[in-house]
Parts: sequence; structure tokens; C-alpha cells
Amino acid sequence: MPERAAQVLKAHVAVVGAGPAGIAAAVSAAECGSSVVVIDAAPRAGGQIWRHRARGELGRTARTWLARLDASPATFIAGATIVDCAPGLQLTAEGDGGAFVIEAAAVVIASGAYERFLPFPGWTTPGVLGVGGIQALLKSGASMAGRRVVLAGSGPLLLPVAAALTRAGARVVMVAEQAPVRRVARFAAGLWSTPARLLQAAAYRGAFLGSPYRCGTWVARVEVEGGALAVSLTDGVRSRIERCDLLGVGYGLVPSTELPKIAGCMIGDSGVLVGAGQETTVAGVYCAGEPTGIAGAESAIRQGTRAGRSAAGERVASGGPQDGAFADRLARAFALRDELRSLPEPETIVCRCEDVRYAELRAGRTIRQQKLETRAGMGPCQGRLCGPAIRYLFGGGADRVQVPAFPASVDTLIAAGAASVPQGES
Amino acid sequence: MAGRPDAIVVGAGIVGAACARELAHAGLAVTLVDAGFVGGGATSAGMGHVVLMDDSEAQLALTAYSRSLLDELSPALPRGVERDRCGTVWVAEDEVQLEGARAKQSLYAARGLESELLDATALRRLEPELRPGLAGGLCVPGDSVVYPPALARWLADDAVANGATLQEQVTVESVDGSGVTTSGGCLQANIVVNAAGAQAPALTPGLPIVPRRGHLAITDRYPGFCRHQVVELGYLASAHRMDDASVAFNIQPRGTGQLLIGSSRELVGWDPAINRAVLARMLARATGFMPRLAGLSVLRSWIGFRPTTPDKLPLVGQWPELPGLWIAAGHEGLGITTALGTARLLADLMLGRRPSIDPAPYDPARVSAAVG
Amino acid sequence: MSPAPAVTIRVNDAELRVTAGVTLAVALHDAGRTVLRRSASDEPRGPLCGMGICFECRVTIDGVPHRRACVVVVADGMDVRLDA
Repeated sequence: MPERAAQVLKAHVAVVGAGPAGIAAAVSAAECGSSVVVIDAAPRAGGQIWRHRARGELGRTARTWLARLDASPATFIAGATIVDCAPGLQLTAEGDGGAFVIEAAAVVIASGAYERFLPFPGWTTPGVLGVGGIQALLKSGASMAGRRVVLAGSGPLLLPVAAALTRAGARVVMVAEQAPVRRVARFAAGLWSTPARLLQAAAYRGAFLGSPYRCGTWVARVEVEGGALAVSLTDGVRSRIERCDLLGVGYGLVPSTELPKIAGCMIGDSGVLVGAGQETTVAGVYCAGEPTGIAGAESAIRQGTRAGRSAAGERVASGGPQDGAFADRLARAFALRDELRSLPEPETIVCRCEDVRYAELRAGRTIRQQKLETRAGMGPCQGRLCGPAIRYLFGGGADRVQVPAFPASVDTLIAAGAASVPQGES
Repeated sequence: MAGRPDAIVVGAGIVGAACARELAHAGLAVTLVDAGFVGGGATSAGMGHVVLMDDSEAQLALTAYSRSLLDELSPALPRGVERDRCGTVWVAEDEVQLEGARAKQSLYAARGLESELLDATALRRLEPELRPGLAGGLCVPGDSVVYPPALARWLADDAVANGATLQEQVTVESVDGSGVTTSGGCLQANIVVNAAGAQAPALTPGLPIVPRRGHLAITDRYPGFCRHQVVELGYLASAHRMDDASVAFNIQPRGTGQLLIGSSRELVGWDPAINRAVLARMLARATGFMPRLAGLSVLRSWIGFRPTTPDKLPLVGQWPELPGLWIAAGHEGLGITTALGTARLLADLMLGRRPSIDPAPYDPARVSAAVG
Repeated sequence: MSPAPAVTIRVNDAELRVTAGVTLAVALHDAGRTVLRRSASDEPRGPLCGMGICFECRVTIDGVPHRRACVVVVADGMDVRLDA
């Protein structure tokens, strides 16, 4: 059977992801005169944080950058997922129209982050979503009017989602932050150094003043009672039950490092290791935004700008120490409490793809051994959900990442491989 | 540590685990040592096909014997081993290959092994996703599928239940006449079994075993897409060649409804990187037989290293160059299939019992400079 | 404001009018369908991450299994099977 080679796009710079970091990288590289292709899985540019249906829903910074992308000669390709970064800087993309390959002199990976989930009894019940999951539904146009919602977990995302739900007519029953109030207060006080962030936080809190925001409180269990969710919340001493239609619970963000790992980039404690120009340890591969460490949109824009310039061949003199400092403050303020480790019961599902239960997993095994012996992480999410949870609960280091970076059709892998440069002939 | 063992088995892949179990059942004090964890090497990369193969008379004898030992063991195996007696369907693309299937069938019949010749219609009735226009094939109903790391773990656990000691995360650095030196110190025994697979030559210089790399891909769940392990009859030719990268169509339905797609063979040393071009050729070969595979979703691909000998037969028996050293290695792509037969044969030879099959073709002496 | 344009999809053989241009996950959420599939051990499941990562919102669309409702935009005549 003849192998159907994929169409090959060539560009000086290929940018993976069109969130704040990717948009900034694409615009900056194009301003330097490079030919640029920027690819995102979503139908519109913006990434998770600037996800929208109409630009009018967005703030000024987001609108400005989206307009700059529109005006830029960079080519934006929507609705295509990058599933591989092969040697020779060859990206495999899978879109509705099939597979194509992008060959670039430089690749900027701006793949963002995804939510961290920790298992607790009942967390697989329909109606229990991520905080980011509820936000994504809302931004995609879902109706929340009249819905009773509990938000829980940890991190700054709780505030804007509570505010947006309130504006959309939902009744936010409670917002529960697991971090103790003194750490959250210290973090908020530290925002004086970045007044825009403080004002934003205050505005979000102002938008759901009618709802309690409790620190040092977390979800211990969820049950279904009379068609509603009964959420058990605790501060370690006292417990209470709140009834709601939707529970959003997420424990901060995990850098999306699958593609950098496949490309061979070295990973540090907080994410992909980069230098002053956002260069990774692999020649020609740059990384910007959350994959280098969770530090938010402003930092992502700065990193994307630097990455775009250096990918275009410009020298970028200095990095941004403020990014690392903010990321550290964020990580310290919202560090996960030990009590969360004791929430799962033996029957609690940890790997939702393969339904691997807590009792099947053990401490003292590597993640790869857990996977081989229990199937945890062998499903279509490829361990993005259970991997961080198992590392938090049991340790075991990081798993290797296998091709493809996202599930891809047999046809895509055939077409990409047929178009690939020869490998291993040294 | 419970005293000095009688035998040390180096390597807790499926072959080493099976050997430890046989020796423990025979009453020997056994220590099973692995640098990683049980079944974490080539065992975890393999397909888990327990299959009759007849590249040579000796290969058929060992695969048939091993298959019957798995049948005996089957009632004792836990569900996690995922043993499924799904059978193999060998596919003939043309009349020449169908002639080969007929020869296979008469050979199997002569050995009392069940198989059924399929014409084109019967073939598509058994596996409707095969493309039209194939000549026919052969169904071998007694073949089965297992989940290899779980079988290896069960064999090791059963060895331990019979008195063996298991040491994981312990690297054996050298072997001499009195035992082994490990990352955790010296361990003495009269008998050492080198079951380190493709790494066996690192401990026993002179063993002609090389890593032969293979790619596999696994899909999401598509229950009922195929029912047997389906392999092209050209597979044997691919397995026999030792030249450039070769691919052959080989697909396996897992108990989850997932499909495991193989196979490729390359001699590129220990290169751990997926070769996208070879992976693509392997998948294209598969879609040539089952066109609708093209639209299915692949979750992962990986590579493994088959321990390959020049004559494609494993080395099972005493190593003439070092008294007390025994070899159970070099199983190429048949380690999962022949682990049980290898272990029984090894124990029979070691204990002076009469083996059920002729051990001569597997005798490591055939590749020893000391003898040859 | 004029009402948003709508399209008709079929969900387990029942017709459903939904807002044009939204993701299938949004359309199903607004229609009150919280259970989209059965898990490997036959538990009911619905959307979780909303951004294409978790694969919990897998449904069969026009005969193709394992499509993520949160990344697929509704289209007129789309045939959706929920394993619920």
C-alpha cells in the first residue's frame, strides 16, 4: 500500500499554541521579519485565559493582542492539534481536514497548562467539573442562570470564575480555598507591588460579595441527594454540607510539558528549563508561558515576546526575574495541604480513563511501574489527569511521554512519518 | 537474607521469572535479581502473543511445548494476566502464501496441533475488517494472548510463595564461578542463570545476542474490531531477515477493546527514539490489510528490544565456558511464548530430569568458542 | 438583540435545537444532559476539564466514537450517541 505523505508547510518559526504566550511569540517573530505559523487546537485564538465567543467579552489587553495577531503577517491555523515534534523540528498537526506537517527553523512551544485534579470520594460524579472546566463552559456560551454552584480547590482561578458565574446569573453557594487565610492574605498583600493584579483581584471579589469565600476549607466528599450534589466541606475541624447543581474543584495548574518532553527538552522542578531568550536545551526549540512554570498571563506575554524574538534570530539580552518571583509566591501561597492526601478511600477512582482505584496503587513504585501494573495513565488522557495526582499521593517521579503527544489517528501517523526526514542514520 | 541460595537468576523478565519459579518448585533456594522491576524490560514492551511458530522444527517444538504449559497453568492465573485464548489467524495475500498455509496446516496436523485452513470467504467471516481480495489463511485456535508484565509478576510472586527471594532495583555487575557481584554486594551460589535478555552479553561476554528493535502502537477502545490475533503469513519472512528495517502486519485485540498494532524489526543498537518513518511504514502495512484502521485513534507508541541470536533459537542450558553458569536468553520475539518451556527445560537439565523435548537445538554450546 | 441562530442535532435519536456555533459540550449542558458516557467500569461520567484534556466528555458523533464534546462545534444534522 502506498504511504500517503502529508502536506508539508514550511516556516521560519512555528508557534504551538495561540494563548497569550503564543500570540506574543508569533507577533514578535513576525515583526522581526520571520515567516511565522501559529497553530491552536481551538477554533479561535486566545488560549484558555482569553477563550471567547466574541471579542467584546474580553479585556483590553486581550483585545489588543488579538488585533495585533490579526494585523500581523503570521499565519494562524485554528482547529489543529500538534501531536508530535520529531527530530529535525518537524511538527505533526492533526486537524479536521487531516494531517499536515510543519517544518520550521525554530519552534516556540506555548502549550499552556491544564488543571490539577486530586481524587476524593465522589469526584467522578457527573456535575463535578474542574474550576477551569466550568469557566471554559461559561466562556463557550453555556447557560448558568439559576444554577447553584460550589467552587473549591486552590489558586487565583477561583476568584474570576466565581465573579463570572455571578454575572451570568448563577448562585455561587460558596468558594472554598484550601490554603490557610494567612497565606492567601500575605499573597494578596504582595500584590501591592503589581497594582493591576491587586485591582483585578478586588474587582473579582467585589463581583461575588454575596457569596462566602472561605480559606482553609476543602471538599472531602460528594454524594448525590435528591437530584442535587451534596458537597461535604471541611476545615479539618468542622464539616458542613452544601447542596448545589455543579461543583467546580481544581487544585491549580500543571504546566503542559508533553510536547517539550517529546522534543527532548530538559525539565526542571517547575517546568521546561529555558535561558534568557526562552531557549530550551534542544537547539531551535523555545518555550514560553506556563510550560516553563505557572506564572500567569502577563508573564506569558513577556516570555512569548522574548521567545518570538530569539526564535527569529534576534539576541534577547535579559530574562525576566519577576516572572520567577511571582511564580514562587504563587506556588508558596497555594501549596497543597497534607490533609488532601488522605481524602481518597480504597474504592476512590484515581485514573478516570481506566478506572484504577486508590487501593490498587502503592507508594515506592515509579510512575511507569504503577502504570504497567495497574493501567493508571494508559487511557486517552495519557496520564495528564492521574499523573499529577499519583505523583502528589504516592511520589514516583515523572513518567516518560510517548508519541503521539495527543491521541492521533493511524492515518495521521502514517502521513507524518511518510513525510518525515530520515532518522537514526548517523 | 535467608542464607546462601542454591541458584541466582539474573533478570526478572518473563523468562527469568519463569526460571525462578521452576527452580523454586523443584525445591531449590532461589534468588531472583533485577536491575529494575519484574517484567519492566522487553517483557513490558512485547505484544503478549502466545503462538505456534515454525521457522524451524526446534522452534515449533518449543513453542508448542510452552503453549501446552500455559494451558496447564491457565486455571491458576489471576484476571490481571488477561489470558484470552483468542487464537491466531494467519493471512495469505495470494496463492503462493496460501500454499504456505496448507504446508503449515499439514505440519501442525502431523504434530497433533489443531489448525484450520481458511478460504477467502471463511477468512472474511472470521475477520470482517480484512480487506477483500485476500486469498485465505489459517486459523490456529489454540494460540492465546496475555498481558506480559502481569504474567511475569505472577510467575515471580509464585516463585516467592515457594521460597524464592526477589531483589528488585539491584544491578548485577558481574558473574563468576562462585556467584555474582551486585550493586548491593556479593551474592554466592553454585548456580547462576543469566536470563538478562538482550543485556545477557554484558554479563557473559561471547554470547551472540543483539538487540533487535521493534515498534508497537496501541489504539483507543474499539471492541469487536477484530477477534483473533491476525498476522500476515509474510511475518515469518520478516522475522527471519536480518537486513534493513522490515515491517509485517500483526494486530492483537486486547481485553479492553484496544488494538495493539505491530510489527517492525531493526538492527540499530539500543537507540531509544521512535523512528517515525518505520512507525508509519508499520501502520501503513496494517491499514493495507485492515483499511478501516486508518481512522482509529492511537494513544501511544513505544519500542522494545528483542534479544536475537544468529539462528533465531534461544540459548537454554549450561554455558561451557564457566562452570555453574547457565543461560536462558536470546528468545527474540518469542520470549512471552516460550518462557514456560524454557524454564521447564532448564530445570530438567539442571536437575537431571528427562526433558519432554530434545534440548540439543537450544544448547548454548552451539555458539560457544570453547566448543565450536 | 435578535435570538441566536439555531441548528438541529440528534441526540440518541431525539431532535435537539441548539445555539449555532457552540461546542457540543455547551449544547448538551444547556439541554440538561450531564451524563455523556459510561466509564471502563460502567460508571456514569460527564465533562470535567472543558478544554480537551481529560477525555471524559467522549461521545460518538456521526458514527465516530471517542470524539470530545468540548472541542467539537455543533453542526446541523449532527448525529450524537451518548452512552448514558
